[in-house]
Amino acid sequence: MNFQGRVALVTGAARGIGRTIAEKLASEGADVIIVDVASPENAAEALDAVKAYGVRAAYRCLDITDGEKVGEAVNELVKEFGKIDILVNNAGITKDKLILMMNESEFDAVLNVNLKGTFIMTKALVRHMMKNRYGRIVNMASVVGLMGNVGQANYSASKAGVIALTKTTAKEFATRGITCNAVAPGFIDTSMTAVLSEEAKKAMFDMIPMGRVGRPEDVANAVLFLAAEASAYITGEVIKVDGGLYI
Amino acid sequence: MEIKEKLVEIIAKYLDVDADTVKTDVPFTELGLDSLDVAELVMQIEDEMGVSVELSAELDTVDKLADYIAEQL
Repeated sequence: MNFQGRVALVTGAARGIGRTIAEKLASEGADVIIVDVASPENAAEALDAVKAYGVRAAYRCLDITDGEKVGEAVNELVKEFGKIDILVNNAGITKDKLILMMNESEFDAVLNVNLKGTFIMTKALVRHMMKNRYGRIVNMASVVGLMGNVGQANYSASKAGVIALTKTTAKEFATRGITCNAVAPGFIDTSMTAVLSEEAKKAMFDMIPMGRVGRPEDVANAVLFLAAEASAYITGEVIKVDGGLYI
Repeated sequence: MEIKEKLVEIIAKYLDVDADTVKTDVPFTELGLDSLDVAELVMQIEDEMGVSVELSAELDTVDKLADYIAEQL
């Protein structure tokens, strides 16, 4: 895939799947903007890794739940880079607990970042994409948004919401050359999944037909496919990357 | 140039029609503009006129939009 001349913004790109996506896009020639609110040290490393591919790159420490700040930052970035063609809404958090133990603030916090943050980033970027009559938006969903998962009422609801948001975005902007799709990873080996309990991990391993966890690269490959110019006639789609976990 | 004339000019260019044919007192939909067209036009107007327009269903004619923008300036 050739992403030369394209500018991509990836949220939550300081580490994990987001960083892998950012690096892969850069390795295919895209200019990359890293957005992350946590881990500035990791973000600096990710920025260096992206720059090593010889592309233009930037890092913004940005809270994606703050619409005003996001709007300002996006306008600045569009001026700096000339345009933004690709938005990967990858940033997300977990606060896993059984429903009976989960308080409202834990529910709200996850919905706020994972779902509202995706909406805010999309709204800020899509107006620029409309002007260019071109855009690729790829949202990070999850198989638990399709199947539910014990201990993840907030996370699974947020990801189900992301899937619905993906389909609505796809419909609203289909006539403007903008596609919006989602990738729904299963159990992927990252620091986010490392914190799951042994019980929860074993329960998931037993359900994966391929018998192994996924790698961040597996997810990034699907994201790049949907972010490519060639995927112009695919919109509103959800691609599972889960080793057959949810069939 | 009057705000209304400027809006008519922008819309006429967008629709590729003569400015004379753009009625200012009918809903945008009757001019052949869907909601996304209106959003796009408003963004263009914001850029060209340096105003900020909060889109709403009530702003559905050139006349109403011109009055709204006049209040913002």
